[in-house]
Amino acid sequence: MSTVDAQMPGVFYRRPSPDADPFIEPGSVVQAGQTIGLIEVMKTFNEVKAERDCRVGRILLDDGDEVDVGQTMFEVDEA
Amino acid sequence: MTGLQRVLVANRGEIAVRVIRACHVAGLEAVAVYSDADEHARWVRMADDAVHIGRSAAQKSYLDSDALLKAARTAEADAVHPGYGFLSENGAFARAIDEAGLVFIGPRPSVLEQMGDKAAARSAATAAGVPVVPGTDPIDNPEDVARLAPEIGFPLLLKASAGGGGRGIRPVRDVDELLEVLPTAQAEARSAFGDPAIYLERAVPQARHVEVQVLADDHGHAVHLFERDCSVQRRRQKLIEEAPAPGLREETRKALASAAVRLAEHVGYRGAGTVEFLVDAEGNFYFIEMNARIQVEHPITEMITGVDLVAEQLSIAAGRPLSLAQESIERRGVAVELRINAEDPERDFAPTPGEISELRLPGGPGVRVDTGITQGDRISPFYDSLITKLICWGDDRDQAYARARQALAEFHVEGVASTTGLHRRLVTDPELTAGPVHSTWLEQRLG
Repeated sequence: MSTVDAQMPGVFYRRPSPDADPFIEPGSVVQAGQTIGLIEVMKTFNEVKAERDCRVGRILLDDGDEVDVGQTMFEVDEA
Repeated sequence: MTGLQRVLVANRGEIAVRVIRACHVAGLEAVAVYSDADEHARWVRMADDAVHIGRSAAQKSYLDSDALLKAARTAEADAVHPGYGFLSENGAFARAIDEAGLVFIGPRPSVLEQMGDKAAARSAATAAGVPVVPGTDPIDNPEDVARLAPEIGFPLLLKASAGGGGRGIRPVRDVDELLEVLPTAQAEARSAFGDPAIYLERAVPQARHVEVQVLADDHGHAVHLFERDCSVQRRRQKLIEEAPAPGLREETRKALASAAVRLAEHVGYRGAGTVEFLVDAEGNFYFIEMNARIQVEHPITEMITGVDLVAEQLSIAAGRPLSLAQESIERRGVAVELRINAEDPERDFAPTPGEISELRLPGGPGVRVDTGITQGDRISPFYDSLITKLICWGDDRDQAYARARQALAEFHVEGVASTTGLHRRLVTDPELTAGPVHSTWLEQRLG
């Protein structure tokens, strides 16, 4: 298992807009480069992308949670 | 309503500082609010009292209507000043304040809602005899598009009805191009905004962004305080504003001002507000929207008129008639505002949260500094990127820009990347200082 950690501080979002579906759920299989979350920094939205093909395990933050640099957002396993 | 005594300042940063100052000068008490991230902030220390309203993320504090209302009650405030941004133009928030028996320092909730709805604001402007950019209602079939387009005139903009903030807009040169891009534009509008509706609007080439400051009391009187030019923008974010707008013909200036007053009176506006226009090279102007609140760039109007706009907001909210007659409002000189942001122009203006390890502020004649931060504070990732506003007044444009150059030479910020260097280049730019420039000038300049 490995983790996806925040590269910047801000507000974490699981979905592209408030009424949209989440990018991923626990168990989702994602491809390298796929967007799996957003971090809002001073009104700018930054996409969080998967670095490699993987299967998503736990998602440690809820929509709208504050996140700090280095904090783990996702646990992932090799796909 | 009899006077106010204790005002809850439902905002943060430099505008919270500004409102607290105005309250104290008017002999009122000011109550600050703060999120986790802002516990030790400047405005919290300045206020007579302060209430914690929630987590750092704005949704859980400064955008939490219930938390703010509860804070107002806890602190026994009799009025709420919403500042700008956050809930300042939220009709439901204003209504909740009213229903709690407190005074909302701003327009009536119904007017906030009317001005917040693009179509409703447009038709109010038309009804008040204020020109709007020629355009259509939402349309969905190619026949109507082809029929209506020539009436609007080319070039025109194909816009997504549900778009906003500059997104979902395509320039189109002629009917053929319009019909060619229509299906794609509708599909994109559906996927980006969840609504395929589009409408047509005439393109106003080489337009400047000029806005008129108005004040209106609760007794049906409205006045203007001249205009501001906000054409120096990037992705609709203003970097430099100037008052009065340079190089406008006197008849255009007067026509803009009276159009703004007509709109304010027509909708029964109350408080401080700004009516935004596009102005083309010939001096034709078109209503864009009304900002129903105090604006970031209000100090340049204060510098050329000597009117304290926030003090006027408080007075109007207390139910007093306007203290200013139109004839008594005069302007003198020129003022420019530089918005120094924690953004890195070298990295596509990426925001740069972090600690301000050193901050040296300028001074001298005609120089005003409005900021919510002090050295050692953190520029938080949760809010906007404004570090400080430097406002520079002079007898004329040359002196105002000379003072702006001096102010920027004295200004120093360390710890985060900022737009200071870009601002230094801009205030020496021969095209800008010769003026006027139009609203795409900066983006072209940046390449």
